[in-house]
Amino acid sequence: MAAPLPAPTRQVDPAVTEDVASDVPWQAIVWNDPVNLMSYVTYVLQKLFGYPEQKATALMLDVHHKGKAAVSAGDKEKIEADVAKLHAAGLWATMQRSS
Amino acid sequence: MNGWKKSGRGAKARLVGTFDAQEAAVLRGLLDEVRQMLAKREADNPADELAVLTGMRTGPSSRPSDRVLARLLPDFTTEDADLAAGLRSLHEPELIEAKDRAAAEVLGGLPAGGGRVELTPAQGDVWLAALNDVRLALGTALDVNEEMSDDVDPDDPRAAHLGIYHWLTFVQDGLVHARMRV
Repeated sequence: MAAPLPAPTRQVDPAVTEDVASDVPWQAIVWNDPVNLMSYVTYVLQKLFGYPEQKATALMLDVHHKGKAAVSAGDKEKIEADVAKLHAAGLWATMQRSS
Repeated sequence: MNGWKKSGRGAKARLVGTFDAQEAAVLRGLLDEVRQMLAKREADNPADELAVLTGMRTGPSSRPSDRVLARLLPDFTTEDADLAAGLRSLHEPELIEAKDRAAAEVLGGLPAGGGRVELTPAQGDVWLAALNDVRLALGTALDVNEEMSDDVDPDDPRAAHLGIYHWLTFVQDGLVHARMRV
């Protein structure tokens, strides 16, 4: 991701409130890419999943440093919808079975 | 364009920016290009009779061969080719529609000769998505990478377009930060 800028610590009103559990079969993965801004990726994760800014920032940094991060988990239908929303926002996202 | 400012509070909160004529022309041109690429993808895969009858559209099952379109319309999974094909066919029409609608909304709100733009928070989200699509298209075409400096080498044949890309980055990043404050 590009252009890291310090962002003020503020909450974004969640569009949906969901939580990530570890024992569910599918995950939405966001992959690092050179275009998407760190600020924008953080904002999208807050907006789509209702994550607090701290959690969204931690996930964004995982994407940035490790190349990818699992940003949500659940049944196949939910994750398919999550990936569709991430694509609409322009993030590079895929779904996979939890390992 | 000197970035975005927040004006008003609560239900009256707005994101305000000003584009000069040249900036508006550049952004409008790029939005048009993205819309044309998406329209071509759709035209290459016209709705069949069943789709027309049922209202359930299905898209193509294979990834676009053009790498810019492939970035705008990514695969749903890398692990299972059949699943990726099925999910693309199911979701691509609505994804194209969402991207086209966002680009059209920005074109509708951005005066052709430049000027002041005042967005509600919801409109700000649409602008963010459309600006991101334009940056994805241009960035993919220009092969940008993360190590790239903001200082464009004037000898680089991509210099003019890289300048536009960096300007779009500035516009989008400013809008993200302004949007997070409302």
